[in-house]
Amino acid sequence: MFTNNILSIVTWLPALGAILILALFRKEQNDLIKKFATGWLVLDFVGSLWLLGYDRGLGGMQFLEDHQWIPAIGARYQMGADGVSVLLLVLTTFLGVLAALSSWKYIQKRQKEYYILLLLLQAFVLGVFSSMDLFLFYLFFEVSLVPMYFLIGIWGGENRLYAAIKFFLYTLVGSVVMLLGILKMYFLTQDTALAAKVTQATVDLLAGNAKASAMVATTLQQAAQNGTGNFSILYMQAIGSALPMGTLQVLLFLAFALGFAIKVPMFPFHTWLPDAHVEAPTAGSVVLAGVLLKLGTYGFYRFNLPMFPKASADESYFFSGTNHQFGVRSVMIFLAIVSIIYGALAAMYFVVKKDGDVKKLVAYSSVSSMGIVMLGLFALNPNGINGAVMQMVSHGVYSGALFLLVGIIYERRHTRKVSEFGGLSHVMPGYAAVFLAMAMTAIGLPMLAVFISEFLAMRGAFEANPVWAGWAGLGIILNAGYMLWLYQRMFFGEIDNEKNKLLPDLSVREWAYLLPLVVMSLWIGIYPGPFLRYIEKPVNAVVRQLRPNYPIPGQPATSTPVQIRTQK
Amino acid sequence: MYKFIWLVPLLPLAGAAINGIFGRWLRFPEKLVGGIAVGTVALSFLISVAAIYSYGFGGNGLWPNPYVSTQTAFTWIPGGAVKQTLGQAAPGSGEAKTISIANQPVTVPAARSSLLNIEWSYQLDPLSAIFMLIVNGVGLCIFVFATGYMHDDPGFYRFFAYMGLFMFSMLVLVMGSNFVMMFVGWEGVGLCSYLLIGYYFNRNEAANASRKAFITNRIGDFGFILAIFGIIATFGTAQYTQVMPQAASYPIEMLGNWGLMSWIALGLMIGACGKSAQFPLHVWLPDAMAGPTPVSALIHAATMVTAGLYMLTRTNVIFQHSQTMMLVVAVIGAFTAIFAATIGITQNDIKKVLAYSTVSQLGFMFLACGVGAFVIGIFHVMTHAFFKALMFLGAGSVIHGMHHEQDMRRMGGLRKYMPYTYFAFMAGWLAICGIIPFSGFWSKDEILWRTASTNHIPVGWLLWIVGTIAATCTAFYMTRLMAMTFWGKYRGDDGKEARGDDHTRGKHEHHPHVPHESPKSMWVPLVVLAILATVGGFVGISTAFTGGKEVGGKLNIVTWLSPVIWNPSTKAFGAEPGEAPAETPAQTIRAGAPINIERQAEGGLPYGDTGFNLAHAVEAKLGSETATEWVFIVISLIVAGIGIGLGLLFYVKDTRLADVWAARLAPLYRASYHKYWIDEFYGWAVTRRTMDLARGVFNFDAKVVDGGVNGAAWLTRLSSKITGGTDKYFVDGLVNAIADFVVRLMSPIVRAAQTGLTANYALVMVIGLLLAVAYYLVKMF
Repeated sequence: MFTNNILSIVTWLPALGAILILALFRKEQNDLIKKFATGWLVLDFVGSLWLLGYDRGLGGMQFLEDHQWIPAIGARYQMGADGVSVLLLVLTTFLGVLAALSSWKYIQKRQKEYYILLLLLQAFVLGVFSSMDLFLFYLFFEVSLVPMYFLIGIWGGENRLYAAIKFFLYTLVGSVVMLLGILKMYFLTQDTALAAKVTQATVDLLAGNAKASAMVATTLQQAAQNGTGNFSILYMQAIGSALPMGTLQVLLFLAFALGFAIKVPMFPFHTWLPDAHVEAPTAGSVVLAGVLLKLGTYGFYRFNLPMFPKASADESYFFSGTNHQFGVRSVMIFLAIVSIIYGALAAMYFVVKKDGDVKKLVAYSSVSSMGIVMLGLFALNPNGINGAVMQMVSHGVYSGALFLLVGIIYERRHTRKVSEFGGLSHVMPGYAAVFLAMAMTAIGLPMLAVFISEFLAMRGAFEANPVWAGWAGLGIILNAGYMLWLYQRMFFGEIDNEKNKLLPDLSVREWAYLLPLVVMSLWIGIYPGPFLRYIEKPVNAVVRQLRPNYPIPGQPATSTPVQIRTQK
Repeated sequence: MYKFIWLVPLLPLAGAAINGIFGRWLRFPEKLVGGIAVGTVALSFLISVAAIYSYGFGGNGLWPNPYVSTQTAFTWIPGGAVKQTLGQAAPGSGEAKTISIANQPVTVPAARSSLLNIEWSYQLDPLSAIFMLIVNGVGLCIFVFATGYMHDDPGFYRFFAYMGLFMFSMLVLVMGSNFVMMFVGWEGVGLCSYLLIGYYFNRNEAANASRKAFITNRIGDFGFILAIFGIIATFGTAQYTQVMPQAASYPIEMLGNWGLMSWIALGLMIGACGKSAQFPLHVWLPDAMAGPTPVSALIHAATMVTAGLYMLTRTNVIFQHSQTMMLVVAVIGAFTAIFAATIGITQNDIKKVLAYSTVSQLGFMFLACGVGAFVIGIFHVMTHAFFKALMFLGAGSVIHGMHHEQDMRRMGGLRKYMPYTYFAFMAGWLAICGIIPFSGFWSKDEILWRTASTNHIPVGWLLWIVGTIAATCTAFYMTRLMAMTFWGKYRGDDGKEARGDDHTRGKHEHHPHVPHESPKSMWVPLVVLAILATVGGFVGISTAFTGGKEVGGKLNIVTWLSPVIWNPSTKAFGAEPGEAPAETPAQTIRAGAPINIERQAEGGLPYGDTGFNLAHAVEAKLGSETATEWVFIVISLIVAGIGIGLGLLFYVKDTRLADVWAARLAPLYRASYHKYWIDEFYGWAVTRRTMDLARGVFNFDAKVVDGGVNGAAWLTRLSSKITGGTDKYFVDGLVNAIADFVVRLMSPIVRAAQTGLTANYALVMVIGLLLAVAYYLVKMF
């Protein structure tokens, strides 16, 4: 029971906690509520560690659950996770604990509602990473907006309503377009001509193991019995890849891409992010940067790449001249590179400017980091995608830590302006040390987390086109520029502001939620092997799906077309 | 014994960790912190000496083969499959296949691929051995010195934690078995340099200098990392033992023929320029003198800045495959040598003079590599490590004895007050000027000789002239430094406050400024280094002195290092030129002049005819190579003498002369004094413009990108107002009438649910969703 439903348990446990808080506690029992919520999230984290038992040698989708849900449209309650999902799930539960812990003092009003929403947010995000049914995925994807909207809108800063509404509507626009794409995909699953082109080999490749393949088969059978289409993500990936390259595939790609690109966010869809971050409470920022942004990149990894391999690899659809050509992939790469450099430059503005906001700086640096993820994904080779996935994890670690650090100083001084600080090393040496470790992680110093991911992502990009790696490298120089400058302005020099003279250093609780992040950063930096082995097989499968002839040592590029059972 | 080399970098790291984590927490006393730091480095030094002895001279030593510590290795980054998109398959490997493109059969090589498994393992070979000895040996002297120099500093534990971390990074840099590990060390030493330059972080100047150093180095690292990507894309691995033999099989790219090897070498060279402070990335090193003096000695003179040379020598097979890049290396080296030397002449801060001297000497080393004398470059790295660390520590001792005065105009006559420091410094001075038999003579003279006689690149004669002038300048400014510091009369007693403090500590302030000798912990390392600076050159004694033979067996640096140097004439590693003539004619891609067949046949000219060659011209006149070498030795001794003589004339005999000539050559003097305004130019062209760009991008973001978003929102609201108005007055009228009725009926119930709190609404919404899901969950079980 436990092992068979582990994904459901991990996903729904926080929601159960929310209901328990709602039912058991009175409004005034703030202390109890926050301890209960934190403890509950720890429980969920411990539960999610079970997922690390993912069979890395087998690969593919594991921890499968499959139940009838809405037979009328063929939607099923299907859960499953590959190595990438496993890493993101554990990251989510891990950050969830830290987010709750960081809110103890920060949140002073309406604490009961706050922790209920935080728990629900966790549940929905976990649901996104573990859904194997597109309908279920979309449900989680959409509904995760709601708690975040309230977290910003109620516990946010001065301009919180503007930020919350912008966040909500902006991401909603993207997902609505995506919904159109989903509907079209659904109808395509009923297209017998297309289904005839789907080979069993493709499904096996995408599913990764026999059990997952069998699940697809059951789904198809059920759908055929009921005369409906289905929302099986694996089958839809197979259907999509059977689509010929053309307007339809490009349009579908773009429909999905828009929804995810806003979430990532990629230039030019990123302007909701700085506003949302600046206004969000610390924990909100941590979850937003650490987890919610990954919904976008995860979406690209899970849907765009394997579902529309031809569009993803296309470089000549929009324009094809003798010397120049431009296609879907070119657009994505272009936007990724612009995001990297543009995000870094925009972040730099907040140290160039006299009274820049530290949180905005970190927010823009996220745009730059997520650009690296996108560049790695669309390098379309194992190094690049491995790097992209690792960057999702390491970005979760370091941006989460930076937001926590900014939150700590904000709690003490109620300002985040760079100009208000200076010489903090003298009064807060522990804080300064952790900040340094995280700033160094952010700029990709070796032996720390981001180096591994940037190295691999850029290596992949170099393989695709050396010039891309060159541009990305430029962004990384800029990253070092503003991070060090920020550090200098906040921590070096003499204390020139009276208000900073008596600031206390980190408390035990603060150490408790910062140290795990420092340890994670070091661990990923020094010994990333275990992490990379989780994603090795799934990433290779995606690469195979995208480029059947890509030379992967030990994996011959042969596929004999075997017809899959077609639908009635 | 060499199986224990993994301990060598680990010990200083352990020391750093203990000091850094517990030093503050448990309030370690100075003696304990110093003991841990010096102890770990000393142990590490002993292990490396034992390991190198057993590797090179022991009964079953591995020399000349590299030893890779596979027992303790682990796969650091299992990065997945790599498609080798660059380069070519080694002959006979893989299968080519024939495909048809536009109905024409085309043969394409089989896709080459491999698994990118970046290993964490250490390599002991002749090159890393030398660097291990330099880093650990000189490092040990400097650590001992620092325990005295940093005495009573409140951040004592922090200082030694950073220093230990530096030792670890530097040792990883030189001992790593692949390029990525070199990069780890490369960035690691950059971080430590950042932390240590900014050690006195309450001083703005130090903080700025540390940031400048880091970012300038980042620009270099940008080139380096792209080169690593290029290497992986070409060879499918980053492991030296696999890359180098493959690289050797590529054809040489002659001058004007720019190919893959040239690209990789270019990237590496950019990295080397950043780390080793070569023009145009040299600007950070002089500023880095804001750090404590032991740091300047260890990091910014003896070890870190020579990382570029390590890299060049490590990848000499790649560089030697690109004649263009060899020329670039040589020209940049020679230019930097003379450029920095001319700046050194006019500086008044004792550490700044030494800093420019370091830049200039690094230029000499690059010149050596550029003309193909990699071994001599490393030889100079070694002798320079001895005498420059000595001089920096000497300067530290002077600064310490002068109560933190760094301006040489306020020194003078210190010979009386600081005898040990004076005599030790004297050895350094004679060494850097190139006076026989001090260590600097052997290496510098050899560099100039190899430059004059190079077959690798054209214009060797011009570079020789430049190098010789730079050597004269070196002798001149070093004599100036000696004269202003140690000779003449003490000028510090003019009642003014000391300026340019190395540190701001309250302890020694406001006493009568009588200079004093430094404590024993400081002058003993000086004496050790002085001995090394005097005799250290004998490991590379010139063949002119030994009748044309390399003597001393493996103790001779040329013989010791030869296994890592690729010989373009024999197309093999390690063989002496002429000993084993090439079996096949050099396989070269050529552009330009036809090969001089006659000389090509000698096997000595893999780069073809490189035009006028000074040494050959002299040799043709004299008819003997040894005689020619002697001519050049005498010339280099004469120019050193000229430099020293001029220095004595200006700063000892008639001290007014310096001012007179400064006034006569005012424009030149100002240019040199202001370091040719390069800093100002970068500040304007790079820093300011980047900041403008940042401002521009942000404004664009706020006005255009976000403006578009807000504009869309405004348009939506506008249209909703229009439709809303229509609704309100026409459609709503009817609805309201009905609603009114319903509301009156239902309001008591609905009112209870309408709390007005958004959170409650949210809860209702979410609970509804949960119920919907739960309904289906229940249904399916």
